[in-house]
Amino acid sequence: MAHPDGIGARVRRREDLRFLTGRGTYTDDINRPGQVHAWILRSPYAHARITAIDTTAAAAAPGVLAIFTGADLAADKVNGLPCGWLIHSKDGSPMKEPPHPALAQGKVRHVGDQVAVVIAETRSQARDAAELITVDYDDLPAVVSSVAALKPDAPLLHDEAPGNLCYDWHLGDLAATEAAFAHAAHVVTLDVVNNRLVPNAMEPRAAIGEYDRTGGDYTLYTTSQNPHVIRLLMGAFVLGIPEHKLRVVAPDVGGGFGSKIYHYAEEAIVTWAAKKVGRPIKWTAERSESFLSDAHGRDHVTHAELALDANGKFLGLKVSTVANLGAYLSTFSTSIPTYLYATLLAGQYTTPAIYAEVKAVFTNTVPVDAYRGAGRPEACYLIERLVDVAAREIGIDKVELRRRNLIPASAMPYQTPVALQYDSGDYVRNLDLALPLIDYAGFPARKAEAAARGKLRGIGFATYIEACGIAPSNVAGALGARAGLYESAEVRFHPTGSVTLFTGSHSHGQSHETTFAQLVAERFGIPIDNVEIVHGDTAKVPFGMGTYGSRSLAVGGSAIVKAMDKVEAKAKKIAAHMLEAAASDIEVKEGKFTVAGTDKSLSIAEIALSAYVPHNFPLDELEPGLDEQAFYDPKNFTFPNGCHICEVEIDPDTGVTKVVNFVAADDFGRVINPMVVEGQVHGGIVQGIGQALHENCVYDPESGQLITGSYMDYCMPRADDVPSFTLAYHEEAPCTHNPLGVKGCGEAGTIGGSAAVMNAVVDALAEFGITHLDMPASPERVWQAIRAQRKAA
Amino acid sequence: MARTITLTVNGAKVTREVESRTLLVQFLREHLELTGTHIGCDTSQCGACVVHVDGRSVKSCTMLAVQADGAAVTTIEGLAAADGTLHPMQAAFREHHGLQCGFCTPGMVMSAIDLAQTHPTLTETAVREGLEGNICRCTGYHNIVKAVLAGAEAMAGRAEAAE
Ligand code: FES
Ligand code: FES
Repeated sequence: MAHPDGIGARVRRREDLRFLTGRGTYTDDINRPGQVHAWILRSPYAHARITAIDTTAAAAAPGVLAIFTGADLAADKVNGLPCGWLIHSKDGSPMKEPPHPALAQGKVRHVGDQVAVVIAETRSQARDAAELITVDYDDLPAVVSSVAALKPDAPLLHDEAPGNLCYDWHLGDLAATEAAFAHAAHVVTLDVVNNRLVPNAMEPRAAIGEYDRTGGDYTLYTTSQNPHVIRLLMGAFVLGIPEHKLRVVAPDVGGGFGSKIYHYAEEAIVTWAAKKVGRPIKWTAERSESFLSDAHGRDHVTHAELALDANGKFLGLKVSTVANLGAYLSTFSTSIPTYLYATLLAGQYTTPAIYAEVKAVFTNTVPVDAYRGAGRPEACYLIERLVDVAAREIGIDKVELRRRNLIPASAMPYQTPVALQYDSGDYVRNLDLALPLIDYAGFPARKAEAAARGKLRGIGFATYIEACGIAPSNVAGALGARAGLYESAEVRFHPTGSVTLFTGSHSHGQSHETTFAQLVAERFGIPIDNVEIVHGDTAKVPFGMGTYGSRSLAVGGSAIVKAMDKVEAKAKKIAAHMLEAAASDIEVKEGKFTVAGTDKSLSIAEIALSAYVPHNFPLDELEPGLDEQAFYDPKNFTFPNGCHICEVEIDPDTGVTKVVNFVAADDFGRVINPMVVEGQVHGGIVQGIGQALHENCVYDPESGQLITGSYMDYCMPRADDVPSFTLAYHEEAPCTHNPLGVKGCGEAGTIGGSAAVMNAVVDALAEFGITHLDMPASPERVWQAIRAQRKAA
Repeated sequence: MARTITLTVNGAKVTREVESRTLLVQFLREHLELTGTHIGCDTSQCGACVVHVDGRSVKSCTMLAVQADGAAVTTIEGLAAADGTLHPMQAAFREHHGLQCGFCTPGMVMSAIDLAQTHPTLTETAVREGLEGNICRCTGYHNIVKAVLAGAEAMAGRAEAAE
């Protein structure tokens, strides 16, 4: 009998009860005895030399306990924040890696750069005192756009990085690609800007540092997607605290979307200062600070060319991208426009020759790093826009053109020309699943009906590949990763048969407390309520790489399976002893351990009890206890994929675009909890729609001030900006190299979403001769584009 | 300047001394340790802080604690029955997976209850427009809308049953 809460069941979430009753524990909800507060003084300038800092008046302000600047950190030999991925340029030289100080050392490089920290009894006191600090700045010219930063006369951010260039990297076979272009019947070109975004998890970042003098132990509570990674980066590289003296806790975390992967200055500051001041120190960002200090996403400027033969078969793709890294290298920033972007440029297509070059550039802006999708949305957007441009120029239906180029399921495993090998996928099936749901055949009629109402209707397609669970460690290491990419799990059976599962993955909305428990409950035939999931605390969980890149189930889930395999193997031995049989004769089914061919059987609960009450165990052969740990290092990425179709309606008089229909047909491999997966897709799609229609991070090109620094100016998608969605998925092409056959689903909607929306927008505007529009297609931009074409006509 | 205020919070009378600049949300979180009410922004745009003041939804980051002197405040902690039975709107959010990270959830639920109470019949459009002041970054709103419609129906059913 199938387990009622097992794999495939829409189990309602166990974490919901605390969140729905106000009993979640987010970092800012925690108050430590004797706790005081930190306020960070941030640079008002985009680029300036600091000539003097006077803290006298501030230090005398009420409640102030201490004020620290970069000089104090330097005196204590606190290092800068490390970057986790070393990229080599075309010429073999390592990327330029200028220091990233936690508090400015003589220079500030973006508005919001940390200059000083005030520690006071209350937050208001710290904030009031910060206003009394006088900093003398020598204002320098600033540059915010990556393209401008590469110009010869551009202001220089770091002496270590001439020309503001971090690296000039490439991937693919240039000669083969040029040969493909030489034979092409058609070449289409496209210039696109992938707009800068601010992640905006709803919980602002927060951190509490604490130091215990008796044992010399530090504790950091932080809004992190990966507490063990923070412990490693901050402990080993920044503060020099050994792991056994540093505990990092990431309690309930209110969304991450990438922005809470990285090690941030504030974490190091409160941890270091807690010892100095002798009190626990809390820092919580205000939303305006989040805009100025959370790593941003995207910000690519790209020129691309696609070569096709006379039948519309793709022959070659050439891509040249300038990626904005911001003022400093955030933790994984350097890997995003390279190994998470250019490697995805084959998409779902058989394009045989691809060449990509990427220049990564420093600018006077907030550091840029992974934001939901991270590189893959940029790749998908580029490819899918190019395909639409090609379809229009050559005059082939855009679905037909895609069909002609999709990698067939029979070609799996498929080696792309840009390093990845897709293990499984049935892309035609996704397309066939999606088309009837959007009623593609009925689109012309809907367009005509909209036109009768004075509206422009467009339909847009996107097929996408989401490479998840970046791996394996040895390959990533060879490509410059400075971390392993495995995951850990520990399955601990208690004497009464209940289970605590320790996972190195971290849930900040992903529902692990439910889906991971489903895995354990089904495997051992126990009620889901007997399974407890523990995550987010380095003192409890053996190790972990955390949650990002949709890796939790594919990598973290596989580690759980591996640990469960070990538990089962051990339980078999115990059962054999208890039932007086050979271990090889024990059969396991739904948690029952039975001697083959007999009715002698034991439940896992009975075995667990015996494991902890081993009165007659042959101790030289059988160890007591039932508690196993595993590390899983994947053999390959997983490759979720899908087809997203969007239909929009544009009001030509106002430029307002409305998404009227959105269909997503996806392949995530095996699905553990469809309800949770659908929720991930919904959320992803809205972030995709957000990028396409609403969100845009804008800096003033002269002053380097962030213009969109609050929800008044940065347009977050709201409930009335989006429709409900139609979703479908199939499980016909499971992942071939992990034990669950799962692929991951966390970023899918964001990857396909923006491309599908923009293709629909451009389709709707086609009658005006508009062939491309950069994101976001805000009412003003759309209206201006229509007006410009009308004027020209 | 400090002032003494008295208000009813989740049915219990509380008297505290507060600074005149203390926001209602700070008062709830810091003085009363009711940390279920969240702060998601500093421009009164996100709705994470919504509570009920005298029965109507209010962004508690937009109101000073002293302005709530004498009022009855309900927070997310005060919704479920004493025996733990969830309010129908809370139950609907769980049933329809209307939350992921849970950060926007308290504000969403409080806004949704007000919306249901002030609209005898709710449509998808009315829910979407009614929740315009609450940002959720996780769910894409799809399941929140479903939850609010179901929760409103359950509330109406309960109201009818009580009549
Ligand atoms: S915290 Fe009140 S609206 Fe954002
Ligand atoms: S559930 Fe995370 S912001 Fe709404």
